This record gives sequence, C-alpha cells and structure tokens, in this order.
Amino acid sequence: MYQIVAKEDVTPQIHLLEIHAPDVAKKAQAGQFVVIRLDEKGERIPLTIADWNRQKRTVTVVFMEVGKTTRKLANVKAGDSIANFVGPLGRPTRIEKSGTVVCVAGGFAIATIVPIARAMKQAGNRVISIMGFRTKALMFWEDRLRRFSDQLIITTDDGSYGREGVVTVPLKELLEGTQKIDRVIAIGPTVMMKFSSITTLPFGVDTVVSLNPIMVDGTGMCGVCRVTVDGAVKFTCVDGPEFDGHKVDWDELMARQRTYLDEEKRSLEMWQQEQAGG
Amino acid sequence: MAKLDLNRVPMPKQEPEARSENYDEVALGYSDEEALAEANRCIQCKKRPCVQGCPVGVDIPEFIDALRNNDMPEAVRSLKAKNALPGVCGRVCPQETQCEEVCTLAKKGAPMAIGRLERYVADWELNHQNDSNREVAPATGSRIAVVGSGPAGLTAAADLAKRGHQVTIFESLHVAGGVLMYGIPEFRLPKRIVQAEVDYVRSLGVEIKLDSVIGKTLTVDELQEVGYDAVFLGTGAGLPMFLNIPGENLNGVYSANEFLTRINLMKAYLFPEYDTPIKVGKKVAVIGGGNVAMDAARCAVRLGAGEVHIVYRRSRNEMPARLEELENAEEEGLIINLLTNPLRFLGNDQGWVYGMECIEMDLGEPDDSGRRQPMPREGSDFIIDVDTVVVSLGTSPNPLVPSATEGLNTTKRGTVIIDEGTGKTTKAKVWAGGDIVTGAATVISAMGAGKRAAASIDAYLQGK
Ligand SMILES: Cc1cc2nc3c(=O)[nH]c(=O)nc-3n(C[C@H](O)[C@H](O)[C@H](O)COP(=O)(O)OP(=O)(O)OC[C@H]3O[C@@H](n4cnc5c(N)ncnc54)[C@H](O)[C@@H]3O)c2cc1C
Ligand code: FES
Repeated sequence: MYQIVAKEDVTPQIHLLEIHAPDVAKKAQAGQFVVIRLDEKGERIPLTIADWNRQKRTVTVVFMEVGKTTRKLANVKAGDSIANFVGPLGRPTRIEKSGTVVCVAGGFAIATIVPIARAMKQAGNRVISIMGFRTKALMFWEDRLRRFSDQLIITTDDGSYGREGVVTVPLKELLEGTQKIDRVIAIGPTVMMKFSSITTLPFGVDTVVSLNPIMVDGTGMCGVCRVTVDGAVKFTCVDGPEFDGHKVDWDELMARQRTYLDEEKRSLEMWQQEQAGG
Repeated sequence: MAKLDLNRVPMPKQEPEARSENYDEVALGYSDEEALAEANRCIQCKKRPCVQGCPVGVDIPEFIDALRNNDMPEAVRSLKAKNALPGVCGRVCPQETQCEEVCTLAKKGAPMAIGRLERYVADWELNHQNDSNREVAPATGSRIAVVGSGPAGLTAAADLAKRGHQVTIFESLHVAGGVLMYGIPEFRLPKRIVQAEVDYVRSLGVEIKLDSVIGKTLTVDELQEVGYDAVFLGTGAGLPMFLNIPGENLNGVYSANEFLTRINLMKAYLFPEYDTPIKVGKKVAVIGGGNVAMDAARCAVRLGAGEVHIVYRRSRNEMPARLEELENAEEEGLIINLLTNPLRFLGNDQGWVYGMECIEMDLGEPDDSGRRQPMPREGSDFIIDVDTVVVSLGTSPNPLVPSATEGLNTTKRGTVIIDEGTGKTTKAKVWAGGDIVTGAATVISAMGAGKRAAASIDAYLQGK
C-alpha cells in the first residue's frame, strides 16, 4: 500500500496527489510515468510523474477526472492509501543543452511540462513556455512554470485569460520570428500534440511529444500501448513515452485511444449510480 | 504379481455446454475412490523411469505408494520435497511427453495418470491443515534476490529458503505467480491454487516485493550494491510477437498477452464489477496453434463470442498445443482453420477490424525445427469476416533487465546466456533460468532451471 501524504485540488477537476513511494522517488526523472491501481478490483492506469522529493521519499502526480478510476482517485484523501504504485517507467526526457527550447503544454499536462522545463533550464537552455487552457478557471501552476521560463505565453480558447486561441498560434509565431528555435517539446491532449507537430514540421524543428495510449502493465508485456512511429511499431511504455512528433501515426493513436469508450462510460455510470444509491 | 490393470481412471470434467458459459475449472479432479483406484494400478517397477522423466525428479513411485497406503501427509511430504508447486504442475504439465511417456505401463498403452494423482495429493493438502513441509535449515546469513515470481523464481526461492538463506523476490506486477496468474486461465488453473502455492513459498520465509520492476525501480547492480550476495533472474518471456502485417494495430486486434492479461490478471470477465474492460465481438480469430492460442480461444468462447476460429499455418500434426487442451477446445465448439495464414487485416473508417485476408498453405520440406515448412499457395487468398483477432505467435524475453544490466550477455534471440549445468550467467554472482533463458517453454522446465540454479547458488555461498 502506498500512502497519500498530501492532496490538493488544483482546479475542481484537476487534482494533485503526493504519494509516499520511496523506491520510485529515488529514481524518478522528468518525462517518466508510474502505473497505479487503486484497489483489488481496480484497473491499472498510467500517470505522468509531475514531481518528486527524494528526502521525503514522495512522488507527485497530477490528474484530471475523466472516467471511473480518476473520479475515484479524486475522492482519495491525505492519509488514505492506494494498492499499487509502480515506477518510474518509460525513458526519461533527453535533457541536453540545445539552445532555445519551447515547452508547450495543454491542459493538465502543465504538470508534466514543469519538471521538464526545470531540467531544460538547469541544463543551460533558454526556455520559452506556452501553456494553453480551455478557460481561465481550469488554469493552474502559472507561477511554477514562469519560474523556469525565460518567456511565458498563456492562451485560453475563450480568451478569458492571456491570449485567445490555441497554443499552435503563438508557437507558429515563435517559429517564424527572428530567434532560432532548436527544440520543441509539446505535451497535452493528443490532438494538441498532433497539431503542434504539424505546426513545427515545415520549420524542421526537432519536436518531442509524450504519448498517452491505453496501457495495462507498463513494462512491455501486453503490447496494448503500441504506436507506429516512422513506420515501425513501438511500445510506448518501454520505447517511449516520448517520440519524434513528426513521425507518429496520430490517427492510429487516436483511434486506439477510443477502443473502450463505451465500456468506460458504462463503468462510470454504474459507479455514479452506486454512489447516488449508497 | 497382480494382474496388470490397463484401465486408466478418466478425469471427471464439466460438460462442454455448461463450461463454455463459466470460468470454473473444467477438470474436476479425482474423488478419493478414483485416486485410490488409479494409484493401485502402479506396479512399483524397479526401473522407476518416471522419476527420470520428471524435470524436477519427483519420487513418483514413493508418493503414489504413500497415497495408496492412505498416508496422505507422507504423500505430500514426498511430493513437496522436490516440487514446491504440485497443485500447479498436476494441472498444467505436459505429462504425456514427460513422466507418463516413459512409464512402464505406457508400453501397454495405459500409463499411470501421474499428473492427476499429483493434483489429487496437492488438493488434499490444500483442504487439510498440514505442516509437514515447512522445514527450513538454520539461517546462513546470506541474502539472495530473486527477480520474477513465475515458476522459475518461486522454485529457486523455495529451495534457497529451505537451505537457510534469506530470500527476497522482486516482482513487477501487483501479484506473484507470473504466467500462472496473468496467462493461464482460471478454468484451467484456478488462481486460488496458485496463490496457495505462493503462500507456501512465503511460509518458508521468502519475502515478496511486488510493484518492483528490476531495470527501472532498481537495477541488478543496485541489488548487488545493497548487499544481495547472489541474484537469480527468472523474468520469463513476456514480450509478445506480432505478425508485422498491415492492419495489425487496428482496434479489435489483441496480442494474446494483452487479451489474457485483461481476462486473467485484471478479471475483465467480471467487468464492470472489476474495472478493466475487454471487448470481444461475435466472430473471433485466434492466430497460432499453441497452448496460449487454445487458452485465448477458450476465453473468447466464455466471453460470449458466437464463432471462434483458430487460424494456424501448418497442419494439425505440427500444432504445439497439448492434445488434451486441443480436445477440450474442440468440444467447446472451436473451429480450426489449418494451413491458413493471414496476409493483412481490414479495417473500417473508425479504425476497427472487420476482416482478415488469408492465404492457404501447403507443407513443403522440413525446416530447422524439423517441422514441414508451410508455403503459400498462389492465388488462394480469401477473406474471413472477423471483428476480434488475437495474435498468439509466441513471446520472447523482455529486454528490460538485460538492457539495463552491464555484463549480462544475451543471444540474438534475446535469451540470457547461461552455463547449462549451473545456470550461471556471464555476469558475476548472477544466475538465470526459465523462459528468459529458453524462450517460451513449460512450467516444469522453468522449475527445473530454478532448482538447478538454487543448488549452484547454495554451493557458491557455502564456498565463500
Ligand atoms: C497462456 C499460457 C498458457 C500456458 N500453458 C502452459 C501449460 O499448460 N503447461 C506448461 O507447462 N506451460 C504452459 N505455459 C508456459 C509456462 O507458463 C511458462 O513456460 C512458465 O511460466 C515460465 O516460467 P518463468 O518463471 O520462466 O517465467 P514467468 O512465468 O513468465 O514469470 C516471470 C515473472 O517475472 C516478472 N518480471 C518480468 N520482468 C520483470 C522485471 N524486470 N522485474 C521484476 N519482475 C519481472 C513477470 O511479471 C512474471 O511474473 C503457458 C504460457 C502461457 C502464456
Ligand atoms: S502497457 Fe503493456 S506493453 Fe506497454
């Protein structure tokens, strides 16, 4: 069992958990993920590592309520425990001094980009960050990302904060601008990563994305996380999660992510009925 | 000498119609009378070929003799002296090519049903408190790390613990048991039986650390740095192989590992009570001809698929599946398409598989494996309608540990290189055994490898 040391509701639908997991805390690096399971009947789901504290031996994850598991996880309180917490899995982000790096984050993936921006900054890069949200109420961690960014651009779809529009607009402006961009790291919903990659392609700028397919074991054993990258099949959990965004077969990935939509809906509805009844 | 009795007592089974709708065990096990009748057939021959036929050297005539003398604690003791997982082995070992094949009565066409008796003794112990076999030598002070809790790891751990060493098993999944838990279905090997045998290993003083992915959470070098005197690698052959043909990533196409893991480990057959879903359509094709393919196909039947096909590119003679499982599968209504090979999968605009283009095959000259090589017959391609496909072509060792371990050499196939006699790898103080060394094989060969390595580790520690 792994104890929740602290919980924070970052926004009404996005939550942060700091979990006591000494082995994972010791090893965690930016870009890696964990697989968790809530209880005996729970499913195994991957969550990206948002932070770690080697002294306190804790790991922090941030997640958004989507289906039954994430909603149940949102009900967990400090002091409670979850059954399983495995990691750190996947390959860490390649951190090196490349010059100017643009970190693009959409929605709750801001939590993933913060440790990457931090590591990029520490490696001596100039870091420009773009964070995009649907609306101001869903926004969080502006201050944290600003701390590691030489420049920070915020967009909201509805214009309620920062610039109105999606992240690819300022991204394109940067690429067209006078300063040389050496690398782009785009993390967020799959469509956002797809369009960020399409945006950077004509400029030939190295673009890293972090894929989030369905996973079960997270160790290369089941193959459900397979994606096509540059015509070859890769297992996201061991070969990724980060890949060259220009080479990912995005449509295949998006179709595969929809495999269990009906079941996920059914599971959530059943659970909500139980909650209402109980 | 008494007259030879050549009537093997048959195994009582659930009827096919009933069992294809439930996940309960198909083979029900002998009653006391049936076990006794079968045990009495043993002629206790002098040559005891069955003992040589057993990869872990169980003293088969001895436990059978105890059984018929109604000394069950002694039967258990004798069996467990060599085999820590008899309830598992009695159910899933290919006895017909091991102990039973060489049984003296086999020459008369009716070998002793050794596997069934082994299962009977193991199940007796499970139902009766019995502490006869918890003898552990005085503590030696040596610490051993075992990586992987499949049959190889469990056996190595049990043997080393009995010799007084302090053993910790590191397992990446959330339960111990390896393929016994995530691969082989409940109806062939109840998980309760596996867990009872895992508990027995724990009762010998073995600590099992779950959620520990060696190569990620900790490396082999780190295990050595924190003071483990020896490391045994039993991480199995968990990497699924694919056909590498167009359409293989369509929705509805599973690897056998994913399909079986969802069902067995995550209990997707109990969805939505359990959270993990699985989607099985009306027409399922399972590609492959081994035990794993049979297991996947029989799971599909139980999940309500109307029609389940086994698609295999060679002929029935070359099928690697156990005969008994093939028979069970056919009784449950499986359709077997022999000499058929898929060329590509066809998908709709939502990315779901709806068909499979196949080609008929002819058998040519024998290949390296001694089996006749299948050759495509020109112009014979045709399309099968399917909405679910399970690719069951076999597995290879997961590179996680080898790629993170300097000095651990592997073959081109990815299997870990060992010294045959001892299980020693190319890295100092590291041993390996089971599917990680042989590629996908059997439970009992993995156990034999665990035993061999345990003996070598023990000798090394004593000589230190
Ligand atoms: C569906 C199916 C049906 C089968 N049917 C039969 C049968 O009827 N009879 C028979 O004899 N054999 C059968 N087999 C084969 C048999 O199960 C295997 O040969 C046997 O389990 C191999 O044992 P092992 O201990 O080497 O590996 P495994 O059982 O594969 O165990 C390896 C363990 O190591 C863990 N692991 C892997 N990597 C790591 C890591 N990096 N860190 C920590 N832990 C790790 C895995 O999670 C797993 O628990 C079947 C196999 C399958 C898949
Ligand atoms: S999640 Fe199973 S192989 Fe990647």
